[in-house]
This record gives sequence, structure tokens and C-alpha cells, in this order.
Amino acid sequence: MENRIALELKNISKHFGKIQANKNVSLDVREGEILSLLGENGSGKTTLMNMISGIYYPDEGEIFVRGEKANITSPKSAFSYRIGMIHQHFKLVETFTAAENIILGTAEKYDLKYVNSRVSEIAAKYGFDINPKKMIHEMSVSEKQTVEIIKVIYRGADILILDEPTAVLTPQEIEKLFTILRNMKNDGKSIIIITHKLNEVLAISDRVSILRKGEYVGTVNTSETNEKELTEMMVGAKINLEINRVKIEKKNPLLEIRDLTILKDDGSIAIDKVSFYIRSGEILGVAGITGCGQKELCEAIAGLHKITSGSIVHGGESIVGMSSKDIIRKGISMSFIPEDRLGMGLAPSFSITDNMMLKTYGEGKTPFVDRNSARERAKALIEKLGIVTPSTETPVRRLSGGNVQKVLVGREIESGPNVIITAYPVRGLDINSSYQIYDILNEQKAKGTGILFVGEDLDVMLALCDKIMVLCHGKMMGIVNADHVTKEELGLMMTGAVNLNEEQKDKNFGIARDSQLTPEQWAEEEKKAGKENR
Amino acid sequence: MTKAQNSISVKKEPLFHVSKNTVLPFWQKSAFLSGGVLAALIIIALISVLLIKQNPFKIFSAIVKGPFLDLWSYLQSAAMLLGFAIAVVPAFKMKYFNMGANGAVLMSCAAAIVCMKYLPKVNIGGSAMPNWLIMIIMTVAGIIMATLYSLIPAIFKAFFDINETLFTLMSNYIAAKFCGYLIYIMDESKSGVLNIVNRISHKGWFPKVGGNNYLLSIIVVLIMTAFMAVYMKYTKHGFESSLVGESVNTARYVGINDKKVMLRTIALSGALCGILGVLYAGSISHTLTESIGGLGFTAILVAWLANFSPLIMVAVAFLVQFLQTGTNYVATSLSLGSTDFSSICVGIMFFCVIAAQFFIEYKVELTSRGREFFHIKGNVKMVEGGIH
Amino acid sequence: MIGSFNLVGLIVDAIAIGTVYLLGCIGETLTEKAGNLNLGIPGIMCCGALGGGFGIWLCSDKCTDLAASPAYMYVLVSILCSMLFAAAAGLIYALFTVTLKANQSVVGLVLTTFGIGVFRFFAKKINKDIIFSGAHYYFKNLFGYEGDNIFGKIFLSHGILVYLAIIIAICAAFLLNKTKVGLNLRAVGENPATADAVGLNVSAYKYAFILIGSSISGLGGLYYVMDKSDGTNFTEAAIDSFGWMAVALVIATMWKPLVSIFGSILFGAFYVMPAYLPLSRNMNKLFAIAPYVITVVVLIVIRFMNQKNNQPPASLGLSYFREER
Repeated sequence: MENRIALELKNISKHFGKIQANKNVSLDVREGEILSLLGENGSGKTTLMNMISGIYYPDEGEIFVRGEKANITSPKSAFSYRIGMIHQHFKLVETFTAAENIILGTAEKYDLKYVNSRVSEIAAKYGFDINPKKMIHEMSVSEKQTVEIIKVIYRGADILILDEPTAVLTPQEIEKLFTILRNMKNDGKSIIIITHKLNEVLAISDRVSILRKGEYVGTVNTSETNEKELTEMMVGAKINLEINRVKIEKKNPLLEIRDLTILKDDGSIAIDKVSFYIRSGEILGVAGITGCGQKELCEAIAGLHKITSGSIVHGGESIVGMSSKDIIRKGISMSFIPEDRLGMGLAPSFSITDNMMLKTYGEGKTPFVDRNSARERAKALIEKLGIVTPSTETPVRRLSGGNVQKVLVGREIESGPNVIITAYPVRGLDINSSYQIYDILNEQKAKGTGILFVGEDLDVMLALCDKIMVLCHGKMMGIVNADHVTKEELGLMMTGAVNLNEEQKDKNFGIARDSQLTPEQWAEEEKKAGKENR
Repeated sequence: MTKAQNSISVKKEPLFHVSKNTVLPFWQKSAFLSGGVLAALIIIALISVLLIKQNPFKIFSAIVKGPFLDLWSYLQSAAMLLGFAIAVVPAFKMKYFNMGANGAVLMSCAAAIVCMKYLPKVNIGGSAMPNWLIMIIMTVAGIIMATLYSLIPAIFKAFFDINETLFTLMSNYIAAKFCGYLIYIMDESKSGVLNIVNRISHKGWFPKVGGNNYLLSIIVVLIMTAFMAVYMKYTKHGFESSLVGESVNTARYVGINDKKVMLRTIALSGALCGILGVLYAGSISHTLTESIGGLGFTAILVAWLANFSPLIMVAVAFLVQFLQTGTNYVATSLSLGSTDFSSICVGIMFFCVIAAQFFIEYKVELTSRGREFFHIKGNVKMVEGGIH
Repeated sequence: MIGSFNLVGLIVDAIAIGTVYLLGCIGETLTEKAGNLNLGIPGIMCCGALGGGFGIWLCSDKCTDLAASPAYMYVLVSILCSMLFAAAAGLIYALFTVTLKANQSVVGLVLTTFGIGVFRFFAKKINKDIIFSGAHYYFKNLFGYEGDNIFGKIFLSHGILVYLAIIIAICAAFLLNKTKVGLNLRAVGENPATADAVGLNVSAYKYAFILIGSSISGLGGLYYVMDKSDGTNFTEAAIDSFGWMAVALVIATMWKPLVSIFGSILFGAFYVMPAYLPLSRNMNKLFAIAPYVITVVVLIVIRFMNQKNNQPPASLGLSYFREER
């Protein structure tokens, strides 16, 4: 028997300035059902859901909740319709406890004892694991997500919207989340889950609705579809999902890192005795849950983060203690994309031209900057990578995500580096732009550049990288050949359930047999490193 | 369950919808800004009618007349305001909230006045120190003093991340009280007011340019302005300063030592304050007081409204000073007995221009309920931001 | 020497000057907890002082015979007017920073200039004779204590606003830490997007606490004029330096109202200290820099005992725009 329709959207449209985020979208979700909302990045999924949860107000169209026309003007009025949204970027107050976050904005009294007991009740009912007295800033990502979900259930929501809930979780945590979602579904709740991961869509949902470029494509029953069909609906034309891995003949280790230990700014350990090496013409992937020391590792190699102990050797010469300027001069280049794309490597209000000369402005003997040659280079880059921009003088923050990314990666490559460190280079990009970036990286690899690729999508890493190093809480869990490993194995290593270092002690992961330095020189390096940091 | 359903509040759609604007073309920006200025003038007119019970046209004609009565004095005041704004610009470009221009100028002025007062008494080989040497020493002393004084909060900001806004605010008062102490020491009559130094000998007084008392400071400030315009836009140092202000992480990543750049930039800002202080001592007031009229704060507003562009700052500074001088004249000529009318008017002007900037940055549209509310029929939209 | 050091006098004076700081500081703390850095406090204090004078003028105008009007009427009307004027100044600040999303520091600076100007301009219009003629006495010495007992001098010899300030500080601490409104307010200041997402009206909270904070700060101006300087300083805006000190005190007391009660007395002690030290006149002049130097030192010390719980509200100084993309 079909269940009642809980939520129905009719012809919803929304635009931001010139950008049409949603156009004539109609879909519905029933009670006791999990609906996947599938679409590429930038296809308008989040905008659509934000209109249901009252963050935005639709320009046109109607929303019906349990059969009645609803006017959702604010998050509060969304709650009054018993709609709750779990945002991708958690909306939690870091300095509050879980319980304080949960009652925030409710009409309830400030009685934490009562809240704690009710939270425990909800946790027991659906299978959550939570300590309501814990501060948010002390929690892991998955714990924070738990707080977010309990928060909306606590308010009596029975239409739940989850925006990319699995993006930051390990495969094991994802399984746990799915169990909870199924428990909630059996309790009669309606769940909309936004994602672009096809396997998850197939695993969890009853039906799938697909958006493409802000427009509604259609809805299919999960049991009657497959990955291929969904991909076609999502991207339109059929595209080749294969990334061509260029095979390069083995060369000398270019960058060798041994026993590297780095502390975070707050004094806790970010990277714990990690050793690895990158050969020229090789892409080494770094897998791990966000915040496992990837940021610190990249910054340390680029000379931006202090090293506690260990050695970094580039082309047979130690670069520990060198200034970042000298490291750039040695041909090590970094394009780091933290959560906010423009945070490092680019100056958002500067023009493309000015961003082009960030690394080269100091050249020449005059006290003046040479803007003309930078403008020429900017023009060349715009042409070569097909960057969409009104002019070379447009501030980069006015460009779209993919174009910003192209400016950043393009500039790095233009300087002719021999090592590229790149973290999350395709975060937030659509498929086409992502592939362009992969192509650029492969092109560089073919030229003999060594690439350190910090990524999050395991499928992409398996296809693109030659080897993958897995980090878990700053410890290296092993380095595996991308051809001989599965996603599940990587997932187990990411959570620390499997540690190849322990299992295969004889293998000496991360130590190159044909190192550029002799064992004596390494001993020397270690001695020096020890002295420097004492 | 039914209870929850009953509690559904039927909220009304808001009347207006606000969204971020695209970049407006120049004429539209200017139109909004002129609108702001016009609104300010209307409010000032209303206030004059209500409070001083005067015909607003009489007041406006007085405002316009004011600066021309003593044109050179007006030009000099405007130039000094511009000078302060130019001096804080490098700091603000770096997102360093430097409120301490007043203090730095005072310290420089104090150093120069001390030189002016005591150096003529120094004997070199039996004869008095030549006047040109006095002038050089006082200039150097003033600039060094202001530079060092500005560097103190910058050092604490760079190495210990101490809030520079409050540190520089406090440094203003420290400078003022310190000058109070110096005045007390130097003033033989112990009246707390320092008489004009070297009134008769004119030792250490800067020469007049073309026989004009005011021209020297105006020329110096204009040179400072030209220098800063070039410095910020075309030099490597200026590029580094704006990059540090734009994104410290990016600056570090390209190998810039952000602490060094911060100290260098603040030193420059301090040195420019030093020049202003020396001008006060050698060319304008020839004496030391505990305050220099709070120009530093107005200058921050001038710089901010001009979006830190030195050339626009010239126009803004001369306009703001025009209003200030004009309203001051209104106060005296209409015997209000108070010059504070001018700070009210200047405040209103700033408020209105800030409001105008909101409309440049954001687009306000009527929602469908808003259209009904204001009885606008059809699918009319308010003026949208132009497409670039 | 030590025998002649008047410690009791110092403490009494410190409390007196500290009350100006305390009122300013509590007001600014509440404003900053809503995520707004209000650098207009000096201007707002001036408006508060002006409002107080206006209130007294209002009373005396209504009752031509000053002596006939009951004292509590003067105090009450004056306090209400003071808060009203300060709140009006706060409303300008809120309008510009919350609704028009302008730069908070810039608006604060304009408000300071504007507020001081308004104060000076209108202070001249109010007949000072009324205030000189004794109305300010109603603000002083609430318990009428005249004795020489140390306890009495320290605790009983102050004016009504001193006790009111401490009560307000305690209420503010209770509100922030023990009530739902306080929890909501802190959420708005820490993370407005979150507060918005859970259905709190961010703008309403910001407006409410900018206005409440401003009216409390305004009382600092009233206190300075009526009590601390005996109604004689009605034309002088020495208030601005007190306003900045109050803003500094917020950081120094780590946004904790209870700490600011003691912090303000300590800052007050530094301010009046030179008068209690056996100094030559020259040195006395030089010592006028002491309170400001010490403020800076305190800011530095606080920075070094940096911990998770003495951080400013995370979104302080940023304006909130829901549709930011």
C-alpha cells in the first residue's frame, strides 16, 4: 500500500542575480520513505532543500506539506511544519555542549537535566551514540552529525532533509548512519537525502529524484534502475567515467620524507612519524578522513608549518628549515584548497592578473611590479584552460568555482614545478571541470612531475593515483598500489581498523630502496633534524 | 501530533527581498552616492529649521560662503585631513585597524617642538646652531619618534596578536597625557598652555613658500598623496601590503614574511604621521597642545569612504572639510555659540553615505506581498543592478 | 609614608570612577555577545549624559519650584531619559550595522563623533543652573552615610547608580549564563547562521541587545555627569576616554560581567592612583598616562592566558547576511 504524501513541491523556481538555481522543479516524498535527490555539484539540490527548510524563499511555485499549501518563510516556520534540515556544513555552536545546541531555538526551558534524559531516549530509540554533555569543539565529525540529526528529531521533525551526509564519513560510519536512517524510516519518517554518490543512492533510498542544472529531470524507483541509467539522467549525455592513468617508467625518488612528526597549532599531534616518497612521474594519493593531518602535512612540505622532528629531502637535499620562498624556488608548488576555496594560494579581491604575479612579483631589480607581463600570462592562461571571465582584470572572487580552480592550478603549473602538492583540487567542481583538472595533473605527470594528491573521493583516487597512502589520526596506515586495493580496504585503513604497518612489518612502507641518499647520509640528516628541533 | 499542526503559524511573506548586487557601472554608483549626499543635505536643512529656527537656504549659503572667507586656511585644514587619511591608508589596506594616528602625530610634534625650543641654546664651536640644522634635526626627530611610536602596537600585533584597535586607541591617550607632561615642564609659567615657541626669533620655523603661510603644508601633503598612490598600486612593497591584508595565508604561501611586511607598512604609516607632526610644529601651530582635534578618526572615515584610493581621498577630504568649515562658519555667523554643529552635520553626512553604499552593495526588491502592500500592479521590479 | 597612604579613600574613589567603566563595559559586553563590536560607546555615553540632563530639565520645567519636586522623581525621570537617549543612539548603530550591514567599526566611529557633537551642542541649551542648583545631590550617597567607619565608607557611601550598576552586572551575568535568552543570545554572537537555522530571529536579538546594551552604557555617561563630577562637568566630554576604557575592559574581563565588577574597580584604582601617591607635581602630570599604559598591559596579559573560554564571540564584528553565497 502506498503511504500518504508528506511533502510535495510544485514548479519551484529560484534565481540568484543572473544565476537560475532552480527552474520548475516538482517532486514529492511519502511518509516512511527515503528519497534520494541526485545531481552534480551546482545542480541546485541544496538551494531547493534550503527553500523547504526556510533559508531561502522561492521566487515561484508552491510547497504542500501533508496535503496543505505551506508558506515557509523562515527556518522556524519550517520547524512548525515539522521539517528539519541537516546541513552539510553543520550549524552548531562550537562553544556549546550537545544538549545546549539541541534545545537552542526551542520554546523549552533551560533545563539541561531534562534535555539530557530526552536525548538519551531518542538515542536509544534509533540507535545513536551520543554524550549530550560533550562540547561540540571536542567532537568528531560523525559525532557532530549525530547531534544535528538528534536536534531535528528533538523538535519533532518527521520530514528530514540530509545534505550530503556521507561526504565526511568513513565507509563504516556511513553504514551506521544508514542503519539509523532505516530505523527512522520504519518509524514513519520521511527522509530526503542529497548526494551525488550513486552507490549510496542505490543502497539506501526507495526512490530517486534527479536534478540537472537546476531543472527537474525525473524520479525513478530505486529497485528499477541502475548506476548507468542514473548517471545518464544526472549528467545528460553519456560520459566516460574512466580516468586514463598514464603509465610512466619508474624514476628516482624526488621527494623523500622520513619519520616526519608535526604538531597542530593547539599542540596536539597532526602527523605522527610518517615516512613516504614520491618519484618523478608519479601521483601519490593521500586518503584519510578530513582533519587527519593532511593540511599540516601539505603546509609542512611547503615550508609553512613547523616540523617537530623528521626529515624532508628534495632531490637529495634537505629542505627542513628553508623558507617557503626558497622551497618555491626549488620547484615545489602547492595548490591547496581548504574549505573556502579562496583561502590559500589566491587573493580573492585581486584581479586575475595580480593573482598571476603572486609568486613572481618580486622578480626584477626595480621597486615596481611588472603588471604588463603578468597580464600577458593571464591572457595566455585564460585561453589555454578556457577560463570564463569578462577580462583579465576581474577579481577572482567574482569567478565561478571551476574557473577559480583553473586560475590556481594553471598558475602553479605555469611556473614549471617538479613537485605539485594539491589538496581537494576538484572540491565543489562539476564533472567537466573536474576532468579538466585531472587531465592537467596527468599531463604534468607525463612530463615527470611528482604529484601529491590529497583527495576525498576514493573512486577518483583509485583511478587517478599510482599509489595511495592512508592516514588515520596522523598515523600512516600503509601505502598501497592503487591497482591492488579496494575501496573497502581503504575505508578500513582510514578508520584505523587495518594497519598494514603492523601487519607487514618487513615491508618498510615509505622507505625507498633506491633513495638518493645513502644510509649514512640519512643518519646524518636525522642527527641534524634532532639537533634543530631540540 | 494535532497539537503541532495547530501551532503552525501563518507567517506573512516579508515586504522586501534583499540580495547581493552585481558590480554596478560607475554612473549608477555615483548616482547612489550623490543621492546619499543629497539626503544628508536635506536632513541638515530639516535640523537647522527645527533646532536653530533658521531659513535653510540662509544656512546653506552660509555653508558655501564659509570656506571662501578664509580660503587658504580651509585648504590647509583639508590638506591636513587628507594627510591623516593618507597616513592611515597603508595600515588599513593591510586590515590593521590603526586608530593611533592622533597619538603618533602628537609624539612627532612633541619631538619637533622640544628640538625647536632647546636646540637654539646649543653652542657648536662657540656659535649658535644654524637654523637649517635645527630644521633638519627636528624633522628627523619627529619622523623617527612617530615611526617608533607607531611600531609598538604593531610589534605586539605581529608577534603576540594583541588587538591593535584598542592598543592604538590607548596609545592616543598615552601620547596626549605625555604631551601634557612635556607642556608642563617646558612652560615656565606653569599655566598648562605652551606659548608659541620662538615667537620672535622664528628659529626652527619652516620658510614660507611664495610668501604664503599655508602653502608648504599643502604641498607636502599633496606630495605624500602622490607618493602613496604610486606606492600602493605600482610597487612591490605596496603589493605585499595589500596581499597581507587580503589573505595572510596566501601571503605566507607565496613566501612573504607577513610580520616583516606588517612592521614595514606600519613604520611607513608612522613616518607619514611624523611628517604631519613636524608640519604642525614647524609650519602651522609652532606649539604643542594635548590634542590635535581628533582628525585621526575623521581621516579613517575619509579613507574608508574613498575605498582607500588616494586619489578619491583627495576629493572626499576636501568635501568633508568644506562641510566642516562651512558649518563652523554657520555656527559663528548665526551666533549659535557652538562649533559642535559641524560635527553633527559631518556625522549625518557620513551616515547618509554609508547608507548609500548599502544600496550599491545590495539590491532591494519588492516581494509579491510587498507589491500588493504598496499597490503596485503587474510584475514590476525595482531598478536592478546593471549587468556588467 | 605607608601610614599616610589613604587606602580607604583610594578604594572609595576607585569604585566611583570604576562605575563609569562598569556601566559602559556591561553594555558593551551584551552588545558584543550579540556579535556586534560597538565602537560608538563614547558617543552613546554622551547621549546618555545628555538624556539625564534633559530629564532633570523636564522635571524642573514641570515643577517650577525645584524644592517641591520629590527627589526620586528627578532620579527616576533622569535615568529613564538617559536610557532612552542612549538607546536612540544605539538604534542608529543597529540600523546601520544590522539592517544595512555596514562595517561595524566605521559606524561606531561615526556615532562617536556624532554623539559627542550632539552632546556638546545641546548641553549648552540646557540650563545648567538647574543641575548646579542641587539636582545632582539626589544621585549621591543613597544611604546618606556620613560616618568614618571603614566598612561604611567602602560599602555605604555611594550614589544610587553605583549600586544599580552592580545589580545590572549581576543580572547580566545571570541572563547570559542561566537563561534561555542568554543561550540564544550567545548563539547569535557565536554563529548567527546556526541561530538562524534553528529559528531564532538573529536581527531581533541583535537589535534588542544593541539597544539594551546602549541604554546601560548610556547610564555610565549619566553617572559620570551627575555623580562623579557633581554635575559640574556637563559641558566637557572627558567621557570619550572612559568609553574607550570600557571597551578595553570588555576584553580584559573576558566578556564576563561578574569579573568586570572587580575589573572596573581595579581599572578605577589605576586611574585615581596618582592622587594617592606622594608625587611631585611634575611626576603627577606624568602619571596621568598610567591608566592607559596599564590597560594595554592588561590586554597583553589576558592574551597570554588565552584559553578556550575567554575568547571573543566567534562572529564579533561580522555582519550577517542569510543569502550570502
